[in-house]
Amino acid sequence: MTLLSVENLRKHYSSGDRDVAAVDGVSFSLSAGETLGIAGASGSGKSTLARLILRLAEPEAGTIHFEGQNWLALQGAKLRGNRARMQMVFQDIHGAFHPTATVGSVLDDPLRIHRIATKKDRPGEIARLLDRVGLAAADAHRPVHQLSGGQRQRVAIARAISTRPSLIVLDEAVSALDVQVRNRILKLLVELQREQGISYLFISHDLAVLRAVSHRLAIMDTGRIVEYGRTTDMIDSPQSAAGHALVSAVPRLTLAGRPKNTV
Amino acid sequence: MTAALCNLSNMTVRYGGRTALSDVSLNLMAGERLAIVGESGSGKSTFVRALAGLLPRGAICDGQVHWASDQAPRLGRDIGFVFQDASASLNPLLRIGEQVAEGAKRHLGLTWQAAYDHAQALLEQVRIANAPAVMRAYPHQLSGGQRQRVAIAAAIASRPSILIADEATSALDTVVQADIVKLLDELVSKNAMTLLFVTHDIALASNLADRIAVFKHGHLVEIGPVADVLSKPRSSDTQDLIAGHFDLTSPPLIAEVATS
Repeated sequence: MTLLSVENLRKHYSSGDRDVAAVDGVSFSLSAGETLGIAGASGSGKSTLARLILRLAEPEAGTIHFEGQNWLALQGAKLRGNRARMQMVFQDIHGAFHPTATVGSVLDDPLRIHRIATKKDRPGEIARLLDRVGLAAADAHRPVHQLSGGQRQRVAIARAISTRPSLIVLDEAVSALDVQVRNRILKLLVELQREQGISYLFISHDLAVLRAVSHRLAIMDTGRIVEYGRTTDMIDSPQSAAGHALVSAVPRLTLAGRPKNTV
Repeated sequence: MTAALCNLSNMTVRYGGRTALSDVSLNLMAGERLAIVGESGSGKSTFVRALAGLLPRGAICDGQVHWASDQAPRLGRDIGFVFQDASASLNPLLRIGEQVAEGAKRHLGLTWQAAYDHAQALLEQVRIANAPAVMRAYPHQLSGGQRQRVAIAAAIASRPSILIADEATSALDTVVQADIVKLLDELVSKNAMTLLFVTHDIALASNLADRIAVFKHGHLVEIGPVADVLSKPRSSDTQDLIAGHFDLTSPPLIAEVATS
């Protein structure tokens, strides 16, 4: 079943006298329970695409259908109500929270605003969410700024799943984490998808990460999708210049060490 | 045969009551490329900052550092340092030309004109396209990758013999990262510098370094040539880092699904 379909989406930004096509006619679809990886170098338009789909920026042209609705036609209270269905986790683990927030208050807000749980039931629901992402119920009382990077990203994921969304947009969600923490977060995301059938739009510049979690892959370059298909097929034989560059940029473990210098 | 450039013994660094680096001893060899690998909080940045004399005020540093040369290398003159965040390491109010030229003027005793010429040559060396225009630009006008190239040019402006890159590519996308790693590789070879390369990515370390030092919880848990450390890791922490690495040959976390 198609959950999200995007047709010919466009967005320009003007900077000084330059006119930049950040997203230049992008189309794709995403099924329920599926992960679509969006790969591309910095400036390829990945984050702008995420913002358009999340309705954090408005496109100039194109259509978005989400859960059978004309997503771009939703406004005001109707849009706010439906935002519970589409959540987000971003790269910036420091900027994603109010600086004085506690873990509990971060999770209480969406449960209250989207009327997921009554006031009486919210502490129990917060404890359940924390447990689900590998944190302790007692962490609800801790200020977010005391947490490590990996713990913060777990809170961001708990917040994202709190409204029981069908889609989570992950924009470089593991890029700021070191390898061990990153792997645990990726495992958590895959488990959540298996349990709850959530779809992910997973944006990253790191093909090794996308290969681990994405069923299908789109490669973006200067605002366009230049390749689109099954992840393993595309990584095994990239067709575009951007695809080649991304594949060859993945660091490989060189067990024998680097080749000796000839200089 | 390479000689020891520096012997470090029992180096310990404390911030307030917290021990960030614990009893680290190693020899740094002249002209080698040493990768410092570990997770966040393993002490790898503290180690290179202690070596470069860049610890914040209030940090307590014990242990001996013995340099083979008569005079300890001076930061900025003999040691170039490249940080993770290039936008924070460049002065937002100074033009690129002035920032790169400053080190050359100060440490090489050049006139401003000669220092500017040197700076432009350096920008070309770090493969900044249209160097004359970039000389007049401000940092905010450049991309993240260009800013890091400029930071590298500034770090090598005084022709240091030691270059320290502290997670210099971690904030960059993989394509730009690969370019910067290649650039560091060329610069270090061409100028015969000793390189200390701090990274959490053991694969990146294996591509660039001669030796790898693995840090965990402030301790040096293993050090040796890349091939030895990777193929016969002695420490379980090194084994964890190797096991945690995945690339384009690792099994995906998801099962293949039939796409409708």
